[in-house]
Amino acid sequence: MTLAADRVTRTAGSTPLLDGVSITPPPGAMTGLLGPNGSGKSTLLRLLCGVTAPAAGAVTLDGRPLDQLRRRDVARRVAVVEQQADTLVELTVADVVRLGRIPHRRAWAPPAEPDDRAVRDALERTGLADRADRPWHTLSGGERQRAQIARALAQEPRELLLDEPTNHLDIQHQHDLLHLVRTLPVTSVVALHDLNLAAMYCDHVVVLRRGRVVAAGTPGEVLTEALIADVYGVRAVVTDPDTDGRPHIRVVGTLSRGH
Amino acid sequence: MTAALLRTAAGLAVLAASVALAITIGPADIGVTDVWSVVASHLGGDATGLSPIRDGIVWNLRLPRTLLAAVCGAGLALCGAVMQSLLRNPLADPFVLGVSSGASTGAVVVVVLGFGGGALSVSAGAFAGAVCSFAAMLLLSHVLGGTTDRVVLSGVAAMQLFSALTSFVVVTSADAETTRGVLFWLLGSLGGAGWTDVWLCLAALALGLAVCLGHGRTLDAFAFGQDAAATLGVDVARARAVLLCVTALLTAALVSSAGAIGFVGLVLPHAARALTGPGHGRLLPAAALGGAVFLVWVDTLARTVIAPQEVPVGVVTSLVGVPAFVLVLYRTRRTRR
Repeated sequence: MTLAADRVTRTAGSTPLLDGVSITPPPGAMTGLLGPNGSGKSTLLRLLCGVTAPAAGAVTLDGRPLDQLRRRDVARRVAVVEQQADTLVELTVADVVRLGRIPHRRAWAPPAEPDDRAVRDALERTGLADRADRPWHTLSGGERQRAQIARALAQEPRELLLDEPTNHLDIQHQHDLLHLVRTLPVTSVVALHDLNLAAMYCDHVVVLRRGRVVAAGTPGEVLTEALIADVYGVRAVVTDPDTDGRPHIRVVGTLSRGH
Repeated sequence: MTAALLRTAAGLAVLAASVALAITIGPADIGVTDVWSVVASHLGGDATGLSPIRDGIVWNLRLPRTLLAAVCGAGLALCGAVMQSLLRNPLADPFVLGVSSGASTGAVVVVVLGFGGGALSVSAGAFAGAVCSFAAMLLLSHVLGGTTDRVVLSGVAAMQLFSALTSFVVVTSADAETTRGVLFWLLGSLGGAGWTDVWLCLAALALGLAVCLGHGRTLDAFAFGQDAAATLGVDVARARAVLLCVTALLTAALVSSAGAIGFVGLVLPHAARALTGPGHGRLLPAAALGGAVFLVWVDTLARTVIAPQEVPVGVVTSLVGVPAFVLVLYRTRRTRR
């Protein structure tokens, strides 16, 4: 029992964004959050980290509702990487990673040894140790996302939430990043658009459509030709080339155009 | 930590030396030792050996004026640095939320329309006006949705509204002499500074410094926006409310005493950032000290450059500030590549 959402609902005006969604990401595993645009992936992630509150239902951390915990205590457990982070402030990579120590430090207190160690470890784990003094603005898209993951790691979280972290990256960096997340000792929830990336890296996937969960399970169980046709409106050929339960999806056309 | 204390001590020493030196500059021939003996005599009670007039020039005119310059410079630079980080806008300054425009309206209502029948001072009217405009801004931004961009836009709306009210009152009711006086005040002037102004502003500055420094790490967390700050454990709504109110209160106090001295709050934070880097634990004290020293010297320039006439200090800050601002922008243009 770690982070879980229990029948959460959220609306924008009269439009339901999430309608009674429950998910329980398996501890220590990587859960993929799939679904077309507007299906509620980002909204669910925002509820899971407590930035917004559900209109009904509850998000719990170790069984305790998130809104009964102090924001700082949540931030020590749950870290978030957005799909694209940017700043006007002239920060170095180390400055960015050090932001992750904010929930662990008290006002007025100078950084202590555990803070320095967490920052160093995070830089090393993400392969940025040699670029610690580089200005953030000179980093490539892939390096920026790694720096954000390093910042999240400096929070020493047990849960890591990522909202379409591969969106602006080239193919190599997409795989680098998901491989990195997969090897981290955390429970991760990753919103993804690319079904093949989800099939390759995720242990568990949850598919959303119009604010509701339509399927959940291993990639092999969930990512079928029927489900893909139903949720995404595309015709796909799904094979399991390595017979390891990690399917390969080839989209061959849309359904609505009558192919 | 000790390095930080050393830097702060060095900054305070430069500030004290600047104040002492600035007081000696002017038509009456006064030396640094005279300044010290006047201060010592008023604090300790010994006779100075100076004539009462020279004693009065130091104790009643130049010392409060120079101290008010230091306090205003520190406060405006501090508020500017906080606003720029909180609103994520490099063009933000202490006046961006309309506080100074409200103060002008309040002052004009007292001076020109005679509101309060002489019982209200210009400063009291200005403070009331500043609080009114800030309240209007808060209400408007709340109604419009409360996000950062709505706060800025509400501030712009409040600023325009109160500027228009000020102009309306001046144009319809003021004679030429009053207009000139009001104009001088609107541009910012430390000329009328007395000890009451100094103590009030110093108290506001102490409060502002304590709250803002206590929120230093919170401000760091805003680097990637308010959602990112929230995921770092910041109670965004509370932090923003506290910081907006404290900086508005401090700005209102400063503007009520010295008028809307422009550019200090915009440029000094950028200059301090170039010196200390983006961490607010170092940036805020540096901005405050830099602002204090800067305004002490700019005010000295303002009252001596075409003596016995005086240039409004707000004019000099801009004349000095614009080239400095261009330099800062030029520097960031190169590093953004």
